[in-house]
Amino acid sequence: MSELVDVTRAELFKLVRRPAAWTLLVAAVVLSQVFGYLIPYLSYAGGGSGPMEGASKAAVLASVLPDQMVANALGGFPVFAGALALVFGALVFGSEYGWGTVKTVLTQRPGRLRVVSGQLVAMTLAVAVGVLVLLGLGAVSSTVIALSEEQSTSWPSAVDLLAGYGGGLAIMVMWASLGAALGVVLRGVALPIGLGVVWVLGVENLISGVADSVLTGLQPLRDVLPGVNAGSLASAVMPVRPPGIGSAPGVTTSVADGRALVTVLCYVAVCVVVTLWTTRRRDVV
Amino acid sequence: MSADTVVDVLHLTKRYSGVPAVDDVSLSVRRGEVYGFLGPNGAGKTTTLRMLLGLIRPTSGEVTVLGRRPGEAGTLSTIGSMIEGPAFYPFLSGRANLQVMARYSGVGTGQVGRALGAVGLASRGDDKFSAYSLGMKQRLGVAAALLKDPDLIVLDEPTNGLDPAGMRDMRQLIRELGDSGRTVILSSHMMGEVQQVCDRVGVIDSGRMLVESTVEELRGEGELVVRGAPADVARTTLEQLECVQDVRVVDDGLRVRVEESRTGEVTRALVLAGVDVREVRRQERELEDVFFEITASGGDHV
Repeated sequence: MSELVDVTRAELFKLVRRPAAWTLLVAAVVLSQVFGYLIPYLSYAGGGSGPMEGASKAAVLASVLPDQMVANALGGFPVFAGALALVFGALVFGSEYGWGTVKTVLTQRPGRLRVVSGQLVAMTLAVAVGVLVLLGLGAVSSTVIALSEEQSTSWPSAVDLLAGYGGGLAIMVMWASLGAALGVVLRGVALPIGLGVVWVLGVENLISGVADSVLTGLQPLRDVLPGVNAGSLASAVMPVRPPGIGSAPGVTTSVADGRALVTVLCYVAVCVVVTLWTTRRRDVV
Repeated sequence: MSADTVVDVLHLTKRYSGVPAVDDVSLSVRRGEVYGFLGPNGAGKTTTLRMLLGLIRPTSGEVTVLGRRPGEAGTLSTIGSMIEGPAFYPFLSGRANLQVMARYSGVGTGQVGRALGAVGLASRGDDKFSAYSLGMKQRLGVAAALLKDPDLIVLDEPTNGLDPAGMRDMRQLIRELGDSGRTVILSSHMMGEVQQVCDRVGVIDSGRMLVESTVEELRGEGELVVRGAPADVARTTLEQLECVQDVRVVDDGLRVRVEESRTGEVTRALVLAGVDVREVRRQERELEDVFFEITASGGDHV
């Protein structure tokens, strides 16, 4: 156990000093704040009906108030923030191969499984902090808007907040684990990031779109895709949106709530097993 | 494996797609010695060392390191190593890189300053690793190998990229490690380095171990360099002497293998044969000469 703690501490020591990790967090924060709060608020303040066609001005304002903070934070998780989490996972694991540090790390004390386990724990902790930051900054922004517009500052219930945080964490850990598994299997960063991002931003949307329209026979396949399940899980833990406010890209109700959570957790488990097994079995050349 | 054997390798083979990178290698390293693993680039040195550290699984053969299987936590905790060049995190300083490795190793970060000092990097420890010269990176690699205060140190070509002064300091450091009772395995393709630093040497070429011996045994008793005229008479006279072996023409002189105590006898025979002797001197053989003899003969030399 102490070796696992040592590895986790070493990984966290590296992560907090790694510019790429902060860059990804800043990107996620900027995306979340701009699309979750800034654009809706500007469209409200500018007097238009906002970018959401058919939504009233009051609904646009209601969508950025504190009781919607979980929806605004998690709205980006199935696609954009998810892609960033995948990049993060690929960076944490794939860079070790790119720099050749995998041999340095694996010739210290702990065995391979403990090294990878510690890295996974550190990655999960970092993602947990990232999700907390996104929710926290959303809370700040929404409260500021509510105070400036003399609207209700009431937060979601503790249960809803916890469910939102847990759901968001599960989604982001799933994407990060996919990045980690790809980073280890492909022994690098560039290819996992390229493949992963194309999958998250492109292929999933294509399959979902086709399954929803011309080829409904593809729906069973669609319903096991990671992005679709992430979107369904996000939808399950979100509050009801104000009338006329549409879902964020990727947020869907395609898969039942419980099944979405189980599928997301299954993806995490499979990725962890692949990462551990590959590292344990393969020669480090 | 005796108590004094730190590394025991028996019939070790590693094949990639059927092609042997290491072919039936056996070697043993004794406690407290500096063992030189000598061979040209691509001979199989690094692959063998990676198997000692558990980074690569052998296709066949047995490896025992400090009485355990390679790659286990208990084994790795007593080995410091640098394999095929130093590899660290470019965004961290040298000191921070060692702090990461100290955490991995479970040793206190208090060891970091000592290790940096041992390789002469104390004043540059806070510079980014990416800003280091190749020589500084190499020294940081050795510092990381020293962090655990290990019983066994495995260094793969540690003087690569160092300037002459850096090479001298590195060799001195390795010798000091050996003198302090630690066991060091040093791979190198530089024969002068092995000759200066190592107690014993294993010579590997094309994946096969050609010979394993002490440096002194390999170099033999040295040679007698003889110059005299007429050269053909000198050569004939030497070839007829029973105490003389292996008469060779090198440049404008002759080289023979003969015991040092028979030098006078050789000189007397040349003079009596009417040879105008201009030079008779004893010259120690360089390991380089021996190495090329061994690799040319495929290991039949010894």
